[in-house]
Amino acid sequence: MSVNHYRRLAVPVATAAVIGLALTACTGDIAAQDTSKTNCADYSSYGTFKNNPEVKIGGTIQDVEADRLVSSWKDFEACTGIKVSYQGTKEFEAQIAVLAEGGNAPDIGIIPQPGLFNKLADAGFLKKAPKAVEANVDKWWSKDWKGYGTAADGAFYAAPLMASVKGYVWYSPAEFKAKGYETPKTLDELMTLTKKIAADGDHKPWCAGVGSGDATGWAGTDWVEDYVLRQAGADTYDKWIKHEIPFNDPAIAKAFDSVGSILKNPDYVNGGLGDVSSIISTEFGDAGLPILDGKCSLHHQASFYEGFWKKADGSKVTVSPTGDVYAFLLPPVKAGGEQAVTGGGELVGAFKSSDQITAVLSYLSSDTWANNRVKEGGVISANTGLDPKNASSDLLAQSIKILQDPKTVFRFDGSDLMPGAVGTDSFWKGIVSWLSGDGTSKVLDTIEASWPKS
Amino acid sequence: MTTADLLGKIIQVVGALAAFSLVIGLVLFLIDRAPKRGRDYWQLAFFIAPALILLGVGLIYPAFRTSLLAFTNSSGKWVGGENFVWMFTQPAALITLGNTLIWVVLVPTVATAIGLGYAVFIDKSRGEKYFKALVFMPMAISFVGAGIIWRFIYDYRVAGNAQIGLLNQIVVWFGGQPVQWLQTTPINTFLLIVVMIWIQTGFAMVILSAAIKGIPTEQVEAAELDGTNAWQRFTNVTLPGIRGSLVVVITTISIATLKVFDIVRTMTAGNFNTSVIANEMYTQAFRAGEQGRGAALAIVLFLMVLPIVIYNVRILRKQREIR
Repeated sequence: MSVNHYRRLAVPVATAAVIGLALTACTGDIAAQDTSKTNCADYSSYGTFKNNPEVKIGGTIQDVEADRLVSSWKDFEACTGIKVSYQGTKEFEAQIAVLAEGGNAPDIGIIPQPGLFNKLADAGFLKKAPKAVEANVDKWWSKDWKGYGTAADGAFYAAPLMASVKGYVWYSPAEFKAKGYETPKTLDELMTLTKKIAADGDHKPWCAGVGSGDATGWAGTDWVEDYVLRQAGADTYDKWIKHEIPFNDPAIAKAFDSVGSILKNPDYVNGGLGDVSSIISTEFGDAGLPILDGKCSLHHQASFYEGFWKKADGSKVTVSPTGDVYAFLLPPVKAGGEQAVTGGGELVGAFKSSDQITAVLSYLSSDTWANNRVKEGGVISANTGLDPKNASSDLLAQSIKILQDPKTVFRFDGSDLMPGAVGTDSFWKGIVSWLSGDGTSKVLDTIEASWPKS
Repeated sequence: MTTADLLGKIIQVVGALAAFSLVIGLVLFLIDRAPKRGRDYWQLAFFIAPALILLGVGLIYPAFRTSLLAFTNSSGKWVGGENFVWMFTQPAALITLGNTLIWVVLVPTVATAIGLGYAVFIDKSRGEKYFKALVFMPMAISFVGAGIIWRFIYDYRVAGNAQIGLLNQIVVWFGGQPVQWLQTTPINTFLLIVVMIWIQTGFAMVILSAAIKGIPTEQVEAAELDGTNAWQRFTNVTLPGIRGSLVVVITTISIATLKVFDIVRTMTAGNFNTSVIANEMYTQAFRAGEQGRGAALAIVLFLMVLPIVIYNVRILRKQREIR
């Protein structure tokens, strides 16, 4: 009887043991990094921690970008003894408020846009930034950037992390050289150049596309934002975003009309892609590609478009001032004056506070981190302690210089800062109906009417 | 993940399973020992409780909360009927409501008519099985898949380039100019409706075909002996004979049509005046962050579906009484 009993137990136990052993093979036990190999001089100010306390970071960054992020704090972990664990999910933006409400937020959140930051700070979920972090931000970032991490109550909560520059105009350096075109210094010169290319006659000057699945239209909002910021200035831009002037204000209408003088002029668009209506149906990722075939000369898109270039035969596209394509920043109204740029970036806010969280926050806001991360490639930061030489491409180096230039006025992508009902809905839809033929005033009135009353 | 983490997780799973079976075992044990008087009721209560609890958590509570949400704005403040005012005054929202009406009128009638006609014509023909399979196949394709397929059919390339969309290629063959089908209002709504009809016709056809086969042959033969022609037989014998199935088919397709979301979302994302209530509900609630408006749309959708469901239930009950 008892023998029988044991035998019955033996099989499942053995099976479990085998499965357990097999599974252990799948998990690589993380070897503690050898501190002797890393130079810890840069990290001494953050202190050392016993028993490897863990700091959890959440954000939207994923895949390769997440791997690069994680390796940007490897040395920091090894020297301070803090274990930084990062978890990236596309749902971060949607879930973070819910998690924070339930007290389940990660220690630190990498918040992808100021609108969400303001929501979290106003709801009281975020902790004020530690002194060391604020000192770092005062030292390394411009006032514009610090302003984005400051909430409505006037307190400073979140340091900026990485940045991106929008409002680039892509072109083919070879074509410009061959035909004697020069990169324009003012918006007027840009129009003159547009006319000249159109008059030369072998192709239309601009190619554009705002298609993006259910987000169709956002690429057009970038055009309008760039023009509002340059023509009406940063003050008007700020008022527009905060709805202190209505959406159908003359300044905004002027920006729409200026963009329309290019995008809604059948003589100027849509090089290699069709007529004006093809702008809506063309995916934003494919819209610039006719430049490579010589069917189009100019394309407006952010710096990230660097990764979208591809030739039909699969060969590599070189992005440099002497390569296949390069980009200049959409010029200001007056040459030599302030250069206003729109862009994006992340903010780092803490949901809890402890010494190790403070250490991580200070490290992320330092120039050391910025240089470490930029060296990994693919991104830039507006940190003025960043060496442009560390950038992984010419365009990124140029973007860093623009961001660090004290004459640069930086503003966040406006549609990210507006309420969702406008910034991610009626503004996009407005662009679509505007490009399908509706007049500027009708479209602006519709968007204005959709602004939620609060 | 380290070995320790993994072991921890395995222990968690095993522990959870053990706790689950313990609770279930305990409940079953207790029910068995319930007092003799009213044991049936005790058992009924215990067995029905899990379903009721799940229904409450998953259906009744959310429905209640959605109803409350419909009267608040994005920051959760009570705004009364403002969301409903918005729905019935904003031009874009009115287009959404109008489109939904067009959908719910056209799809059930056209899909049922085509399905019925097809079922009658292929009835008792050679190769009936294959004809049926042909029309039924779109039912097996998901709405999103169908949306993608049809988006290719309506695709547009500039005149002069090779057309990759079937519809535009046909237009070009007949010497026409390619059209931006999905961007041209109001034809785009009807082109989307075609997709829904394409999917639902198979469903109507299969149900109605089965119903037609259920009509007693005596009735058909008697009608034939009386000298009726095919049309008279159809209106006087076939239609009354399949009335119940017709109602089921039409109401089922109506409900599916009112809820249509995937097709619109994949093909136009609600742009170019093609949005419908379900799509707008999602856009408002989850993209624009206006939960109140989304909830208000959900309630209107619910109120539109409700009469159809009630009618359906009543017809079914009446039929049961006849039998």
